[in-house]
Amino acid sequence: MAGTTKEGKGFVPKILAFSTNNISDPGIDLAGSSHMHYPPSVMVVSMPCTSGIKPGWILHAVEKGFDGIFIAADGEECAYLPDCSERASNIVKNAQALLQQNGYEPERIKMSAICSVCAEPFTNQIKAFYQIIQKMGPARKG
Amino acid sequence: MSDRRIGVYICHCGGNISDYVDVEKVRRAVQDEPGVVVAKTAMFTCSDATQQEMVQDIEEQQLDGLVVASCSPKLHLFTFREVAKRAGLNPYQYTQVNVREQCSWTHTDDYAGATAKAIRLVRGGIARTRLTEPLQPIKIDTVPRVLVVGAGIAGMRAAVGLADLGLAVLLIEREPVVGGRVAAWGAMYPHGKNGRQLIARLNEEIKQRENITLFTCAELVEKSGSIGNFNIKIRVGGNSGQGQEIITARVGSIIVATGFDNYQPVAGEYGYGIDGVLTLAEYKELLDSTEGKLFRHGREIKDVVYVYCVGSRQQSGENPNRYCSRYCCNAAVHASIEAVDKNPGLHQYHLFRDMRTYGKYELLYNQAREKGAVFLRFDHQEPPVVEKMADGKLMVKVRDLLTYSEQIDIAADVVVLVTGMVPRDNGSLVDVLKLPLGQDKFFNEIHPKLRPVETVVDGVFICGACQGPKNSSESVASALSAVTQSASILKKGFVELEPLIAQVDPEVCRWCGECTSACPYGAIEQVQYQGRAVARVNEAVCKGCGGCAPLCPAGAIDLKGYTDEQMKSMIDAFLKEIV
Repeated sequence: MAGTTKEGKGFVPKILAFSTNNISDPGIDLAGSSHMHYPPSVMVVSMPCTSGIKPGWILHAVEKGFDGIFIAADGEECAYLPDCSERASNIVKNAQALLQQNGYEPERIKMSAICSVCAEPFTNQIKAFYQIIQKMGPARKG
Repeated sequence: MSDRRIGVYICHCGGNISDYVDVEKVRRAVQDEPGVVVAKTAMFTCSDATQQEMVQDIEEQQLDGLVVASCSPKLHLFTFREVAKRAGLNPYQYTQVNVREQCSWTHTDDYAGATAKAIRLVRGGIARTRLTEPLQPIKIDTVPRVLVVGAGIAGMRAAVGLADLGLAVLLIEREPVVGGRVAAWGAMYPHGKNGRQLIARLNEEIKQRENITLFTCAELVEKSGSIGNFNIKIRVGGNSGQGQEIITARVGSIIVATGFDNYQPVAGEYGYGIDGVLTLAEYKELLDSTEGKLFRHGREIKDVVYVYCVGSRQQSGENPNRYCSRYCCNAAVHASIEAVDKNPGLHQYHLFRDMRTYGKYELLYNQAREKGAVFLRFDHQEPPVVEKMADGKLMVKVRDLLTYSEQIDIAADVVVLVTGMVPRDNGSLVDVLKLPLGQDKFFNEIHPKLRPVETVVDGVFICGACQGPKNSSESVASALSAVTQSASILKKGFVELEPLIAQVDPEVCRWCGECTSACPYGAIEQVQYQGRAVARVNEAVCKGCGGCAPLCPAGAIDLKGYTDEQMKSMIDAFLKEIV
């Protein structure tokens, strides 16, 4: 990525955002249609439901070069699972434990419910998370 | 390396993508990715010509994978699945990469960053496609019955349309009577028909059709199931007290036609609250209920001032209505023609910001001017001021942009605030249906041009003024569009659902029952495999949420299309160095 350096001010964190096809994806699409800006090193991958994210993927992403993982969760709106929020928070807990076991800070994962029209909340959240990760520095030291 | 043969097509989208992303650079960066045999850019990948080219490439190059990098899959997923099908390629071996909504449009401020991101996203799509396998959609039988929510002109017309196509209809209305707003109206443009009579005739039509069941004082309170087969609960008889009853039914699709509310000005807004200052709706009521001349407090009305865009196109305030309400210019001009026909010699002044009597309503505007109406244009930053005078008349002061900002004072008997449509408070319905609202708080369609009555909830359609300001004929047109959409699903008798469901690897499964208890649909059952118990997914019942996959302690469950291998190779591809 242009201008990427390992440490310091020029550090451009890479963030992987997990989104869902029917709930948060339309919200993130709407941010784009409204030309709201967030850093281009944020990449979104879509799933049917937040509850399907495997903690192992998160560890893999951090090990391979992502510095932060953002989960744009279905929250209460999930059409599949009434207890989606609870399941998702368990996944986050397990993934945080997995990161910690492997020497990464658990704060590199953030989850927030993003609805199908949550363009502005998504943009604000992802920018705030980006700054937090920027302060933390790259996930892989040395 | 890969033995796959993948075609990659990167869209300019006219300039929507290529103005912010170097699409040629993206093409070069992905053309040598493992498995890629065709890599092209196109001005519009969705155009007939490019679709044809894709079909030709797939056939001639014997492609077994397709990647289209263009807009959101919400728009064209099905377009390109059809392209794949036409070319004999399994549609589940195609991947849509969103480089517009989630790339070019979000990073209009960063050409290099957006280009790099697009390269990463397309590589991710290619990596995912390399690991696709041909899948067959799951067929579900549909129920040939439709629930229509709201019996205004749109809902009533939809019910008749559905019934005539041989579908049963459950029509529910929250109020005790049908007809909605139109039932209160008199003469309407352009057909000159009377709203009350129009609704009465539609009501007759409904009564004549045996396959329409109408419930008034009824609300939808519960919905479960999915497209083609929803289970619904309707509460009849109001929300409290005696005579309340819950009716359950199965329907194949749902059409929402709950209409609009009139904008209600706050006290003091353009003099609202002063006697003689009326909203458009109040003025229409006066017109429609008056035979002969218009009077107010015993005095003949001689001067009327119309102030346009009240409650629309607001720039400030708490939750401003930023949108143009669209129908009000026509409605106000039409009302003014009706008024002058009742009171010949009536002086009428239209104070507007922008006049939009679109389409053939332009004729109305000319007609109003021919009948003596005067049109004055004001600057929204210097809006007209309405005051009450000592003699009981009203005084409107306005600076007219058409005469070089001359200050004009107009004495009036009535000031009409041309108020627009606002969304209804549909809170409980939104909770039940999980329908998304747009920025303006009306129900949101998937795409205003490409999929104008479909919502992100499969099988739930919207029409009429609940999705945005519309006049009655536009409402009816969208109602008929929702009818067509519903019928195209339900007349076929089945829907095809995504085969992207969970799968258990019996070699890895050690049967612990975790997945079975995690599935609220009961889709995972115990079966015997080589003499031992393992879990198996029932394809017809699995919803494809993937909720079971992370819970398997053995890691034996994958969601098709989102397998461990696919996700990890996508992540790797996202991160690959860009030279």
